[in-house]
Amino acid sequence: MSLSARFIASICLSAFAVIATSTPMKRALADPLVVDLSNHLVAITTGFTGTDVLLFGAVQNEGDVIVTVRGPDQDMVVRRKERKVGIWVNAESARYKNVPAYYASASNRPMDIIAPQNILQDYRIGLDNQRFIAVSDNPDADQKVYRDALVRNMQNAGLFNQRPAKISFLSNQLFRTDIHFPANTPTGTYTINVYLIRDGRIASVKTTPLVVSKTGVSAEVYEFAHRYSALYGIIAVIIAVIAGWIASVAFRKR
Amino acid sequence: MQIYLPIAEISVNIFLILGLGGGVGFLSGLFGVGGGFLITPLLIFYGIPPAVSVATAANQIVASSVSGVFAHWRRGNVDIKMGLVLLAGGIVGSTVGVWVFAWLRSLGQIDLVISLCYVIFLGIIGGMMLLEATRAIFRTRRKGPIRRSKKHQHSFIHGLPFKMRFYRSGLYISALLPLAVGFFVGMLTALMGVGGGFVMVPAMIYLLGMPTGVVIGTSLFQIIFVTANVTFLQSVQTQTVDVALAILLLIGGVIGAQFGAQFGARLKAEHLRALLGLLVLSVCLKLLFDLVIEPDELYSIMPGDL
Repeated sequence: MSLSARFIASICLSAFAVIATSTPMKRALADPLVVDLSNHLVAITTGFTGTDVLLFGAVQNEGDVIVTVRGPDQDMVVRRKERKVGIWVNAESARYKNVPAYYASASNRPMDIIAPQNILQDYRIGLDNQRFIAVSDNPDADQKVYRDALVRNMQNAGLFNQRPAKISFLSNQLFRTDIHFPANTPTGTYTINVYLIRDGRIASVKTTPLVVSKTGVSAEVYEFAHRYSALYGIIAVIIAVIAGWIASVAFRKR
Repeated sequence: MQIYLPIAEISVNIFLILGLGGGVGFLSGLFGVGGGFLITPLLIFYGIPPAVSVATAANQIVASSVSGVFAHWRRGNVDIKMGLVLLAGGIVGSTVGVWVFAWLRSLGQIDLVISLCYVIFLGIIGGMMLLEATRAIFRTRRKGPIRRSKKHQHSFIHGLPFKMRFYRSGLYISALLPLAVGFFVGMLTALMGVGGGFVMVPAMIYLLGMPTGVVIGTSLFQIIFVTANVTFLQSVQTQTVDVALAILLLIGGVIGAQFGAQFGARLKAEHLRALLGLLVLSVCLKLLFDLVIEPDELYSIMPGDL
């Protein structure tokens, strides 16, 4: 399935290449930055084990490109374990608002070379520049430690990328990068921002949405479990009773 | 082959889960136990969220108890009146338990409480089982006389009010006792995702004084309804029952149990009990070890909208 998507994407990309290389001499591209995805929908099906989405685009003149992918915001609680009476128990905690459920970034060269720090900060590009709003139960808690722990846990879960991915330029104008979505990718609407940077300034920004949603049987089960939870519980019990009954009949001792 | 679990929201290896159900089913057939106390920790070790493991195990135990109860029912080994009184306590206990579960979860302490409950109960039960079985093994070797306790010992228990007559068990005892046992076991079902047979069976024999012949059938009868209640309440309150996971587990479990029962018929009863005691103790030690050893990552995260 993702193979065919990739195939279509590569056709798009080559078509793109033909247009991009044949026209610029006569007429400058109206847009300095054009971007698209191989797929605007990541479908979590019963067999979902993670997937890659190809992001590709073209820039009018030479420049550097940064891509950020941000999942839906959610509240997060970070808990710290302490040893109490010999065992490790959750003790202090810190709470953060607007933590993206997924965050990834990519660039063609190291970001700190492409753009000055204040630009990256203003546009909140990169993990270090994400501002999580602390609504701590515990104002004394060392915020830096908790924030680092939050990022580290998300990275270990594969939901924040460890380091920015690589954007490769096929020519001076065409670029592509793969965005990886692991098996535990949260559902929701994602925002993909593509920044074109020239001389340390942002020359253009393109924003494109990406929807991650469950489809097929697993989506229906989840939806049903949350919307009609009482009925779901009754059905779960009935299935178990029938299964147990079938087993006792099938294996009845003669 | 991977399958994405709709409620647990992770993808698991379908054969591994079938094998897990089969392995635990084999052991439950071998030892004649429900196996809930093994399946829940194993699911947690595998990486299924503890809340989903506990709620789904309850759902799976409904199936295994139903398949077990028919044989006892046909032989008349179910004391329905006793079962209903136990059940009344069990329904209240499990309802309170589900509520406590949700409350502990919001405090971030549910994983700890689940682990601690397991360490305490598995430690006590496993230790007692092993001790008793080793004694039995040595006793049969020496061919000594088996000491028998008097059937009708009178203690404070017989002074309690609300006495009821249980004809099938031949008992005339206070209804408060089975109510309390049912309540306690119901709490365990909600908190630990176990049927609670491993607590209820000794309690019925030693505390209530029921004849051993009706104990298993009656406890299975009661477990069906209590685990069904937990499945329903967890579905409504926490939406953590994963039907897909439960079906995979019970397919493996049902098949495994048949092989276990056949294999178990070839072993001596006290050897079986000693082996089960060892197994229970090793699960207990593994959980205790995880609690005591300093974890690699001291911090944990959880989405929360409180």
